[in-house]
Amino acid sequence: MRTFALLALAALTLVSCKDVDEDIPLRTLNFTQNWDGEPFSQADLATTAFVNENNDTLDISRLRYLISKVRLENSKGTVFQLDDYQLVDVSNENSLTVTPSAYIPNGTYTMTFVYGFDQQDNIDGAYPDLNSVGWSWPDMLGGGYHFMQMDGTYDLDAAIPKPYNFHNGTARVSNGVFEANHISFSIPEVRVRGRGIIEIQMNIAEWFRMPYTWVLDDYNTSLMPNYEAQKLMNENGASVFAVVTE
Amino acid sequence: MPQLVKRAIVFIAALAIVACTKDSTDEPGADDAYTATPLPLKAPALFGQLLPVPTIPADNPQTVEGVALGKKLFFDPILSADNTLACADCHKPANAFTDSRQFSIGITGSPGFRNSMPLYNFAWNSSQKFNWDGSATSLEKQAFEPLRNPVEMNNTWPNAVASLQDDGEYPILFEAAFGTQTIDSVKVTKAIAQFLRTLVSGNSKFDRHLLGLETLTESEQNGFEIFMDESRGDCFHCHGDRNNPLWTDNSFHNNGLDSEFADPGLGGVTGDPQQMGLFKSPSLRNLAYTAPYMHDGRFQTLEEVIDHYSEGLVYSPTIDPLMKTVAEGGVQLSVQEKADLKAFLLTLSDPEFISNPDFQQ
Repeated sequence: MRTFALLALAALTLVSCKDVDEDIPLRTLNFTQNWDGEPFSQADLATTAFVNENNDTLDISRLRYLISKVRLENSKGTVFQLDDYQLVDVSNENSLTVTPSAYIPNGTYTMTFVYGFDQQDNIDGAYPDLNSVGWSWPDMLGGGYHFMQMDGTYDLDAAIPKPYNFHNGTARVSNGVFEANHISFSIPEVRVRGRGIIEIQMNIAEWFRMPYTWVLDDYNTSLMPNYEAQKLMNENGASVFAVVTE
Repeated sequence: MPQLVKRAIVFIAALAIVACTKDSTDEPGADDAYTATPLPLKAPALFGQLLPVPTIPADNPQTVEGVALGKKLFFDPILSADNTLACADCHKPANAFTDSRQFSIGITGSPGFRNSMPLYNFAWNSSQKFNWDGSATSLEKQAFEPLRNPVEMNNTWPNAVASLQDDGEYPILFEAAFGTQTIDSVKVTKAIAQFLRTLVSGNSKFDRHLLGLETLTESEQNGFEIFMDESRGDCFHCHGDRNNPLWTDNSFHNNGLDSEFADPGLGGVTGDPQQMGLFKSPSLRNLAYTAPYMHDGRFQTLEEVIDHYSEGLVYSPTIDPLMKTVAEGGVQLSVQEKADLKAFLLTLSDPEFISNPDFQQ
């Protein structure tokens, strides 16, 4: 009996080293990028050439975007918070994965998230980690934060490729008049089980595809103050994201 | 049950308990149970409001004794091979801790090949990459290098440590800071890093403007708007904005200086061909005191710097796409816009910083 007690003590003590109980499913929220199914990662930055819907050749040297209010809601209306906000930076692997602290049971959920910040959250200067990495959106354009920064070059066969700065955020209608430009997503029937990995995928090609076939010669740089370009990005963004679980 | 087995089980349980105790050996002073006097970092009001908490290594907390020792070391030529060159000789307080010469001169009379970087606000460097090429991944590691660089102090660490150990005063100061009179390179760089972290600059005219204490002139305000306008200056993507009082993104860019690179910058450290010719965005604070400019000090005046971005951009394969007007040579500012932009940039200088008695020898 004493032997059993000592063994139990040793085992219990070892188990208590773990940060969480093994019965609680740990979930992982991953942010991945692809170009029509081909994975896009840090190694592709400034090196891999793509052809967009308009047959422009382009590369991507910087890709950062913001996803906020990632939540799961079950059929009883219980909401599980996965992430307040995440600045995804393809050049920084640490930014591609989040481990939610909330306990999330296996089940089927409606998953919601916001590309960018909605008006409630897009508060100028409110987020120190975003302030320090050049993510603010100019006050003259409505303030708050960028939603996306995709920089690169196109017309790659030219002697000197042309730059593009595909930056998205609040849309400036006119002096002092601004329009929210985030996109809210609601994905039904998201099954969380197995390994507990939830993945938000961005298909970069979709930014250039529909409903507007993006013509880089028409919209390339200085797009931040360009209302029309900002709204076209918003429209094209509707088909950019997908959710998978495993 | 045999006694030996019982003891083994108890031993395993004890081991497990010990293993659960996190980071016990990482606690400051845990090695020798000595703890110097804590010295919290003073953060300007805007920093506390807008920036993440400062990065201070767990194994090198700020202390009164450590900072005092670091300051003495910073101003003391004892670290150089011939006792003639101190850190402060190439990082002068009056120049916001940079050098007014294009290239600093080492003890052998040879120049370096990059302009000395100014020193301030390091605890808020979120990337924790230091030097123009990002070669140092902590302030402590950065402080390790100049002592043994042939074109700087040209010393060896064993020699420098011996000099300090033989000194009448230093062993006592190291004991006060670290609890032991035994000096080594790690403690030297820790002390210097502690002093460097106290070099905080946060009281410029623009800071006071944001706090409602001072008003910008019309020219300065126009300059700020040019700085923030993607269609004109577009400076903010790399150099911060009113919500980033560091005035740098602490990242690396090819800003269109050359078509070919005599100095590979970040690419020389990482070996990545796509990072050739990239250098760290310097903070725009204290430009009034930090000429010459750029990683190689090629521009003597702010006018030359602004002209570069306005008309002087040069294409190279790794140029940052943010240098979007390279085909036209730059952003083509008018004479008035250039004057206004310069006026704004000068509002980021902080006279209190360069005259702070805590930072003088």
